[in-house]
Amino acid sequence: MDILELDQVEPVVELSRIAVSSSHGEDSPYFAGWKAYDENPYDQFLNPSGVIQMGLAENQVSFDLVEDYLEKNSDTALFGNKASGFRENALFQDYHGLLSFRKAMATFMQQIRGGRVEFDPARIVLTAGATAANELLTFILANPGDALLVPTPYYPGFDRDLRWRTGINIVPIKTDSSNNFTITPEALQSAYDSAAASNFTVRGVLITNPSNPLGVAIEKTVLNEILDFVTKKNIHLISDEIYSGSVFSSSEFISVAEILKERNYKEKERVHIVYSLSKDLGLPGFRVGTIYSYNDKVVTTARRMSSFTLISSQTQHLLACMLSDKEFTENYIKTNRDRLRKRYDMIIDGLRKAGIECLEGNAGLFCWMNLGPYLNEPTKECELEIWKSIVSEVKLNISPGSSCHCSEPGWFRVCFANMTENTLEVALKRICDFMAKRVKKHNNHY
Amino acid sequence: MRLIVPLQGIVQGRDGGLVLGSVLPCALFFIMQFYLWRNRSVSSAPPPPPPPPADETEVFSPVLHRVHSRSSISSPRGGAAPVSSRANSISKQSNNTPYQIGLKRVSSDPYDLSTNPEGVLQLGLDENRLSLDLVQDWLAENAMHLIAGISRVATYQPFDGLKELKVAVAGYMSQVMEGSIDFHPSQIVITAGVSSAIDILSFCLADIGNAFLVPSPYSPEDMKWRNGVEIIAVPCRSADGFGLSITALENAFNQAKKRGLKVRGIIISNPRNPVGNLLSHETLYSVLDFANEKNIHIISIESSSSYSCSTHHVTMAEIANIEDRVHVVYNLSNDLSLPGFHIGVIYSSNANVLSAAKKLTRFSPVSAPIQLFLISILSDKEFVKTFIETNRNRVGKMHLMLIEGLEKLGIECRKSINGGLYCWVNMSGFIRSYSEKGEMDLWEKLLNVGKMNVTPGMACHCIEHGWFGFCFANLTEHDVSIVMNRIRKVVQSN
Repeated sequence: MDILELDQVEPVVELSRIAVSSSHGEDSPYFAGWKAYDENPYDQFLNPSGVIQMGLAENQVSFDLVEDYLEKNSDTALFGNKASGFRENALFQDYHGLLSFRKAMATFMQQIRGGRVEFDPARIVLTAGATAANELLTFILANPGDALLVPTPYYPGFDRDLRWRTGINIVPIKTDSSNNFTITPEALQSAYDSAAASNFTVRGVLITNPSNPLGVAIEKTVLNEILDFVTKKNIHLISDEIYSGSVFSSSEFISVAEILKERNYKEKERVHIVYSLSKDLGLPGFRVGTIYSYNDKVVTTARRMSSFTLISSQTQHLLACMLSDKEFTENYIKTNRDRLRKRYDMIIDGLRKAGIECLEGNAGLFCWMNLGPYLNEPTKECELEIWKSIVSEVKLNISPGSSCHCSEPGWFRVCFANMTENTLEVALKRICDFMAKRVKKHNNHY
Repeated sequence: MRLIVPLQGIVQGRDGGLVLGSVLPCALFFIMQFYLWRNRSVSSAPPPPPPPPADETEVFSPVLHRVHSRSSISSPRGGAAPVSSRANSISKQSNNTPYQIGLKRVSSDPYDLSTNPEGVLQLGLDENRLSLDLVQDWLAENAMHLIAGISRVATYQPFDGLKELKVAVAGYMSQVMEGSIDFHPSQIVITAGVSSAIDILSFCLADIGNAFLVPSPYSPEDMKWRNGVEIIAVPCRSADGFGLSITALENAFNQAKKRGLKVRGIIISNPRNPVGNLLSHETLYSVLDFANEKNIHIISIESSSSYSCSTHHVTMAEIANIEDRVHVVYNLSNDLSLPGFHIGVIYSSNANVLSAAKKLTRFSPVSAPIQLFLISILSDKEFVKTFIETNRNRVGKMHLMLIEGLEKLGIECRKSINGGLYCWVNMSGFIRSYSEKGEMDLWEKLLNVGKMNVTPGMACHCIEHGWFGFCFANLTEHDVSIVMNRIRKVVQSN
């Protein structure tokens, strides 16, 4: 379906199929809610009745630590005035990226995993964000028309990032609340068969660990089962570990890298990890992503294709300084985890008081909320109906499960880390009031 | 994607024997094919390979051998999960192109006046270092203000660039054009470099299996490619001063059509990298007429050297404001002597292209702190004024120095009156055999004996042998004399 924006006209000179397709997915409710926020954004003082943005997974709870670091180290880190330093960075344009930065990233990733695995800087490929990393990997591992299996519910952006320019298909690995949305071998096989029935060649499985939108780290047994599955089918495994630093307790996150080490797994070439500093360090504006691949060909190819999505050498230099500062990183990782857990407890508590239960989570910048019991009927339409009320009456932008391709209606992703505690309290109060009114209405009705 | 040089270009020769050059090889080719077909042995000859599928992607490599991808995926080692055709072609790309060999040599033994005077001089990268000191000085005075703003932009920002940056870039480009054009911020898209900008535009304007016409010689750095669209080189000849010939464009277009290829646009750099000509009024409008007639797009890669001419001339940017089919890619990194910063600008008045391009920048955005820095420096109108003037003077002076030095050695330089950071040099008199091999032998000698990395014409798809691109904007005045001495050493020993 062609989508023309207001100021667009029928093209006189033809454009490509990609340009006119709607695979960019910007028409889904996920993005529509943002519009409501953009038009009427909440501000504690200037617009206290505005829409509170709870649909953006951004981490601001620990940004003060980063700000602090920048202030103290502006000379060396930021636009380092030392003549040679700046000059070198200004001229450095090698797509391998600064070695110091790759080393710093490897170390940081190791720290997040409690030092339980090691990462080789030579296997790190830099991209301008995890969005670019995921797309690049898809270009490399799959041909147009092929398929990637992705567990539902998944990040709505994948529909665009993995499919738009690459021309591949996403086939869902269905999960549901009966087992807390755990990925099962049966679901994996079912997805594989479904792809085969549509004549799609399956190229790999893409998991997000910890999961977005579930906010849960994948368990060791499940990771092992997934690895067994991809081995059996001889396909790739992409593990998007962008929220790995946002697990509330370090021991609860197991990276696929750890599984490989523990099993002394011999076919590592099929495994690739995506990481970024956007969520863990709260620096999405910096646009820093990486592909870590155990496959030499993928590393070489990704590196060459990273020419199209390079990170400014100055940004690399700044972050290399920051991430090499062990004192800063250790303190940051620990503090960030604690603050996120506290925030999580606060929202779970607040929602419970409003009569709403959430999936038990242990990671991420959001919780997975269940409004299923409050739907008139367990349908997508009812879910969207309640969602519309929440956006327009309660003035909260949250993400409906259907935009995440959740197989069960009534679930919503609610972000809590992109605001102050004060704002979160306001949001919780609004939800409480909304639910009270709804229950009253329901009772009065009967 | 495949690189096709129209037949008329293949047999060029010094005297430019075109007619014989095109008819004879064609005739011989067909005769040979017929002979082979007639004489094939049914039992022993393998069946001919199936025609390539529509989505076969071949990736451009600066060395003129084609890299074919296969429709069936190859497994690297017994049973390992396969990768895509696209990945296979890219990974098969030679690591030993002149561009890469040159880069490696320079980085392993880089020239430095004080610490390594015998090192390898870099004249093979299209990059401007001449005015980096001005930026450094500006930064020394202004860096502190930038730090305060960083928190504001650490959160998610529009992928196609901060509003303030678009305003600053529009203002900067207007200054570069001396106020003669109005640049509209809403028509600007910011992305992570010229390669990203061209990549984005190519995804917007063409589908897999389509083609773009690219007048050659062209800079291999400008044309990094991965989207399955063919590049058809349209050769320009020294006899025409390497100028764009509409006839050549027309021929290339028609040949593409015969092969069933749909041409979606023309990609030019202005000034023509590495040749150096700026498009004249006449040529510009001829190209526009051609594009109008064929209903295709024009992408023009520009920078401030596009506007360095003392006499006013029309630019693609001006045309872009009124023509839907014209899109400018502006090399901002090069303007500011900051190649490592990777900043490219797309400028177009085509609302549909802008809309798609903006969405695509999510895959190649510029980090926010860098945008802050740019907003600050580009909004400093006084600085920009001085910078543009000084940079122009330095580029002009260095260019002249190099030309004069080469002339003293008896080496002809393509006299580009206007822009660019290259001298396009004719060293065909110094190659042993008039062939690709002869040219590459000289290139290797210049690199290994002369210890200077230059760009050989064949890496730019120049159909005439013996031309080299010398980028002078990496040099200091003192370096120029060293360059001359080293060239003298090489040509005298030849």
